[in-house]
Amino acid sequence: MKSAREQVLGRIPAAAGGAPPEHLAEVTAWPPEQLLARFMAEAGALSAKVFEADSAASAAEYLRQLAEEKGGEAVVARRPLVDALHLSGPRFHPQGTFPAADATLSITQADYALADTGSLVLFSAEGEGRTLSLLAPVNAVVLPASRILSGLPELFAREPEIAERSSAMVMVTGPSRTADIELTLTIGVHGPGELHVVIL
Amino acid sequence: MKTAFDERIGTALADSRLQAALEHLAFRFMTARNQAAADLPNWEELRTQAHAIKRHTIENLSTYLLQLEARVRERGGTVFWAEDAAQACSYVVELARARGVKLAVKSKSMVTEEIELNHALERAGIEAVETDLGEYIIQLAGEKPSHIVVPAVHKTRGQVADLFEKKLGLPHTEDVAKLTATARAVLRQKFLAAGMGITGANFAIAESGSIVLMENEGNIRFSSSAPKIHVAVVGIEKVIPRMADLAVFLRLLARSATGQKLGSYVSILSGARRPGEPDGPQEFHLVLLDNGRTRMLADPVAQPEGYASAAAGTVLSAGTAQPEGYATLRRETLYCIRCGACLNVCPVYRKIGGHAYPWVYSGPIGAILTPQMLGFAIEPKLPFASSLCGACRDVCPVKIPIPEMLLLLRSLETESMPGGRWLERTGFRLWAWAMRQPWLYRLGSRAARFIPARLLAAAGPLACWRKTRELPVFPEESFRDWWRKRRAPPAGMATGRRP
Repeated sequence: MKSAREQVLGRIPAAAGGAPPEHLAEVTAWPPEQLLARFMAEAGALSAKVFEADSAASAAEYLRQLAEEKGGEAVVARRPLVDALHLSGPRFHPQGTFPAADATLSITQADYALADTGSLVLFSAEGEGRTLSLLAPVNAVVLPASRILSGLPELFAREPEIAERSSAMVMVTGPSRTADIELTLTIGVHGPGELHVVIL
Repeated sequence: MKTAFDERIGTALADSRLQAALEHLAFRFMTARNQAAADLPNWEELRTQAHAIKRHTIENLSTYLLQLEARVRERGGTVFWAEDAAQACSYVVELARARGVKLAVKSKSMVTEEIELNHALERAGIEAVETDLGEYIIQLAGEKPSHIVVPAVHKTRGQVADLFEKKLGLPHTEDVAKLTATARAVLRQKFLAAGMGITGANFAIAESGSIVLMENEGNIRFSSSAPKIHVAVVGIEKVIPRMADLAVFLRLLARSATGQKLGSYVSILSGARRPGEPDGPQEFHLVLLDNGRTRMLADPVAQPEGYASAAAGTVLSAGTAQPEGYATLRRETLYCIRCGACLNVCPVYRKIGGHAYPWVYSGPIGAILTPQMLGFAIEPKLPFASSLCGACRDVCPVKIPIPEMLLLLRSLETESMPGGRWLERTGFRLWAWAMRQPWLYRLGSRAARFIPARLLAAAGPLACWRKTRELPVFPEESFRDWWRKRRAPPAGMATGRRP
């Protein structure tokens, strides 16, 4: 008897061959100030709170104040950009030392951002993982200004090894939301209801 | 003859709350979609490109599926091929049993609705919990989704409040934020306790062995990351060749579905967790499902574009691409990316809602998918439940020619009826003959003027037709009579135009 695999493949007509169509030429270089302005406008429109820090110290201060304001515990990703902020104090716990599901705030790192959709691009990596940015009701993301790209076409051109780099890449566009009851927009269903972006 | 379909249509039309919900849905989603489409200057080019990529992929499906399978296996994932719903369900059930899974969390997926995976798991004593808010509501109510994107669109907040009171013991509240917060709290415990997470996929990428999922709530991220085992059930038509194709499809999908520029979360998942990654599943299983899809694919008949009938097609030999100006319509059904835009614009869906349709796929895409996957017998009238206005084709992000497809299915359905072919042919032959006899035409049009419309409409099958339509009123004078009586144009005005 043939296996299901052989049965299914046997029912598919012979391949016609040829290469997939060329993509549209869409990757254009935007000046840095345009990238930043567009990202801030798009993310802001999705109710993300964007803070432009002029130094690592001011970024750390913003996050310290945020942690105080929210109360409870904050879990901090152990990744280079976040490490550089030297967040310490009784509220801050490095990833892996406190259950993220019980935290009020998570502080994570963005590997890229997309200006035209206001999205953050996060890779699952050592010291951060897939769920740290998902579990706490408030997520603050540290983003280097130099990593803001124009949009999806540029992301795929710049980062051709997405699947090699990590088992998971997530694009985060605004806070968690639903409109499943009478199409009424509700923020913060399963993921964070509050999203902060700290641009360095 | 009245079928169950007619009964359900009647129920839907009489339900004023449903009518209000559907109007609200159509207005909100179409306004958002139109704005989002207008916001991208190259929207039409993207649609054309998406169609071309889908066409290329479907013409080379075995190549891309084998590539996908190889990449997933290279990354340590398991690939299971399922010919039908039973094979797919039993694989998931057996896997759950073998790993001692008691609770599985599920994200919204049309393909798992299609194979009724929840029932299979429940029958095996495994709790399966839907985690998308809309799907969770539907599951508590014991219903089926009525829309591809917003499954509980037919439910009012009052009905959800009653349901949560009865099933979850929540004091009655119609505050949507409170209802949502309750679902969050209940489902959070399920995510953390579940041994298996089950998702679908919007796309599967052949070159990298990744699956791609778009959502707004975060429940898909949870389902695919928190439990030890992640199972993705994916129709074989979901494969696309390259990662960079996502730049085309993600923009089209989000904008067409809800008018967003992107869903809140897009996950690109390439297997289980890797060394060093602190979380993520330990096992990844990909179920590749046929369940009737290869039947659509194997159809070798190409139709001239813009016109379709069972008789007009051209048979293609195996392995040849379709000629320009022709479309293998049945194959094009497989281009669908399940955005739901065709439902939102459809004048039929907007009146009858998703539950009137005979299967899980509703709206225009359901009207072409269902008969091809299940046969005409489930509801012979389904391809006829359309005004053929073409709004679905105009919004479709991958440009599926749904109206032509409906015409083809009507033609095939009629031919499949015993005597249907003979009856229809004879009828049209008679009509064609009558229209070629000027004397008979004159006699007929004069006679029609003498028979009162009311009398005509009261009789037989016409009475049924007349219930929802106005019979045209014949003018007292026919065009031919008027033309004959008209003064002959002056010399030099041969065209008959007045100055």
